[in-house]
Amino acid sequence: MSGAEDATTRTPPAADAATPRPRWQVILVRPETVTFLFLIVATIGASWLSPFFADVRYILESFTFYFEFAIVALILTMVIISGEIDLSAASMMALSASLFGVAYQAGLGIPGAMAVSLLSGVLMGAFNGFLVINMKLPSIIVTIGTLTLFRGLAQVIAGDKSIGKFPAWFIGIDYRFVFDVPIPVIVFLIVSLILGIFLGTSAIGRQIYQIGTSPIAARHAGIRVNRIKYGLFIAMGLVSSIAGLLAASRLASVRYDLATGGELQMVLIVMLGGTYIFGGRGTILGTFLAAWLLVVIATGMTVANIPINAQLTVLGLLLIVSIIATNAIHVRTQR
Amino acid sequence: METATTSSAGETVISARGISKQFAGIEVLRDVDLDFRAGEIHALVGENGAGKSTFAKILSGVHRPTRGTLALRGELVEVPNPLTAQRLGITLIHQEPVSFPDLSVAENLVLGRDQGSVLGRVPWAKITRDARESMDQLGINIKVNVPMRGLSIADQQMVEIARALASDSRLIIMDEPTAPLTPIEVETLFKIVRRLRDEGRTIIFISHRLEEVRALCDRITVFRDGNLVHTGDVAAVDDEEIIRLMIGRSLKEYIHKRRTEIGEVALEVKDLCLPGLFSDISFEVRKGEIVGLAGLVGAGRTDVARAIFGITPAHSGTIAVNGKDIGVAEPTEAIALGLAFVPEDRAAAGIFQSLSVEHNITAAVPGRIAPRGFIRHALERALANEAVQKMRIRLASLRQPIGELSGGNQQKSILARWLLTDPSVLIMDEPTRGIDVGVKSEFYDMIGELAESGRAILLISSELPELLALCDRILVMSEGRLTADLSRAEATQENVMREAVPKSGVHSPTVAA
Ligand SMILES: Nc1ncnc2c1ncn2[C@@H]1O[C@H](COP(=O)(O)OP(=O)(O)OP(=O)(O)O)[C@@H](O)[C@H]1O
Ligand SMILES: [Mg+2]
Repeated sequence: MSGAEDATTRTPPAADAATPRPRWQVILVRPETVTFLFLIVATIGASWLSPFFADVRYILESFTFYFEFAIVALILTMVIISGEIDLSAASMMALSASLFGVAYQAGLGIPGAMAVSLLSGVLMGAFNGFLVINMKLPSIIVTIGTLTLFRGLAQVIAGDKSIGKFPAWFIGIDYRFVFDVPIPVIVFLIVSLILGIFLGTSAIGRQIYQIGTSPIAARHAGIRVNRIKYGLFIAMGLVSSIAGLLAASRLASVRYDLATGGELQMVLIVMLGGTYIFGGRGTILGTFLAAWLLVVIATGMTVANIPINAQLTVLGLLLIVSIIATNAIHVRTQR
Repeated sequence: METATTSSAGETVISARGISKQFAGIEVLRDVDLDFRAGEIHALVGENGAGKSTFAKILSGVHRPTRGTLALRGELVEVPNPLTAQRLGITLIHQEPVSFPDLSVAENLVLGRDQGSVLGRVPWAKITRDARESMDQLGINIKVNVPMRGLSIADQQMVEIARALASDSRLIIMDEPTAPLTPIEVETLFKIVRRLRDEGRTIIFISHRLEEVRALCDRITVFRDGNLVHTGDVAAVDDEEIIRLMIGRSLKEYIHKRRTEIGEVALEVKDLCLPGLFSDISFEVRKGEIVGLAGLVGAGRTDVARAIFGITPAHSGTIAVNGKDIGVAEPTEAIALGLAFVPEDRAAAGIFQSLSVEHNITAAVPGRIAPRGFIRHALERALANEAVQKMRIRLASLRQPIGELSGGNQQKSILARWLLTDPSVLIMDEPTRGIDVGVKSEFYDMIGELAESGRAILLISSELPELLALCDRILVMSEGRLTADLSRAEATQENVMREAVPKSGVHSPTVAA
């Protein structure tokens, strides 16, 4: 889960004797460090509000409510680093899950229905990619459009009723444990680790940062800008459909309004993790930490009996504050 | 307003005392004492990274000095930001034009100027009229209502100059203003600069071209490693002395490259067309050959290069590399075939501003730093280090953002990036722009060596002497067409210029100047 910049701070500078910034300073002003400190403060605060909170198991269980969004946020981080955004993920979750439900009802069986759902995710991601890359439209507008479109299609396909009666083995993924750790948590850990290594150390990961820094310079350097962006949008669709299936398992049913408003939480996680909204900077580690931060804050508010609409206000404020903070840090370190 | 006071010639306008500047603990300027007089053109020269731009930025409020003071006509002044500088009558024309690409030329011209009350109407008609007027004053033909994005770098530079003039500054600092200009445009600029001097203004002129310094400037200051090593009349020192002061050794005259074995055709371009930009472009470059592409700015040289490299592919025509027909649609494919392209627009198409020098240098060779798809840091570090040493790139650390390097060192890093790809055909668009004389001669040697090792080189340059000295053949373009293919024997300054000047007579009036 190392960030891309991590790599460059490892060996001492080569040319002149003097180093520009001492290493501790470089680490201290990194946005992930801020996220980490927030996480500690929030955890201490929440345990003080409710003794329940000191219980690790409780935090892990609370996480299962959020982890679908958290997993999508990992890919969203890469999309944002590349200079694009995808706001349609929650709708893709709903549409792919609805297709899963309908396919299952039509007698395809769970594996077949899952295949349908994953395929639909890939197609939806490719559709976003097509509009952004081939039609050269801004991704924020495109994905606001498809956000509405996919949700509408989900309602057309699945109707207003929920579809359920899945076999017992399929449902309740959040109540299964490996060594006392819920499966969703394990999945999130593994996916974070893989994506962190990919983004931080692979050549393509490096190119994602370069594309986000300057798409024109990236193209001149021979980086396949369009292909990589396509890949990211498709990955976004795929991970959304996986998240849709996980939600279906957790809820034991699907409905067209599954994950409504989830895009807010996903963007919030990415921003809390210190990813730069204008692209080129950010890490999986930051998003990983931010997912836990969001869980702690949201659960903390619930145990402290803060009403739901007040919680939304807090989350909105948090989003704004985190964007301002990371912006300030990035502008500062850029000089 | 203070700017209205005119000063008599010879009087000291601004004096710097003990100016020092540190960036993150590294001193890049050390105790500079320097006086500028009214009515002089003062040259600032020095190697890449010597601190010229930094000094200019301190005078104009972009950077604050770590130590030292500035005095304007004897009074101590603080210049905390560019706006204050502007009010004090100091304008800096940046090395990299910093305009707003989506605003129109006219809008760019009035940026930063007081426009009356916040709620007042913007007097668009007047702004446009004024803009057109200042363009006419400069004798340049640029439409003032088009966005900056559409202009060539030379034209953007002219707009920057017009902006400085429009603000009625007493001290105008030009940081390598001639780098993107063709000889004719340089002449136009010189006329303007001389007129400004005769009006009693002070001009600081930063350049790597000594012949320009000699033709234009009254006094000269040489910087070396952040120290001021010499100030005096230009007439009192000869070129050799200036170079010795700059780089601490003298430089041999660049000798023509040794005749190399010229081999088979490496790059063959046939009937290349892109409507509106160029048409019927056919030429070939052989192994071991250096072919120059001369022409005025806007002749379409850059567009041809971009088409060959697959950035904006041509509509029709064929390109073959080493005998194989290729349909290049993406730079990635061009690179795989052994093409390399150093773009003219370093700031936008060359560097990744906020990324480290290391990541910038290795950007085009993912396969070499990541043999199995995952980056091997030791490999990458070694490659970048070697390139830095070979090109003598001056930096504090490999992980410093490349945007912090001096202009010339950024350019060297981009060259280093392409040399790492080990290209068989190397296309360079104004590669020596902003590079100091010492490095330039090394660079010429390097181009010579690359040709000797069997590479084909296509060199686009607006510096004719450079082309004449280096090239085996010179192609000339004018208005999107190839107008001549001159062998080394035929190529002279006059022959090239004759073919470069548009024949249709409807082109920009700068040509007539
Ligand atoms: N913002 C910055 N942060 C850190 N170092 C900097 C910064 N700006 C300039 N430097 C360093 O200061 C030194 C002087 O740079 P400067 O741009 O003044 O050189 P220059 O004389 O203009 O060179 P050139 O001819 O290449 O333009 C360089 O070593 C450069 O790396
Ligand atoms: Mg400079």
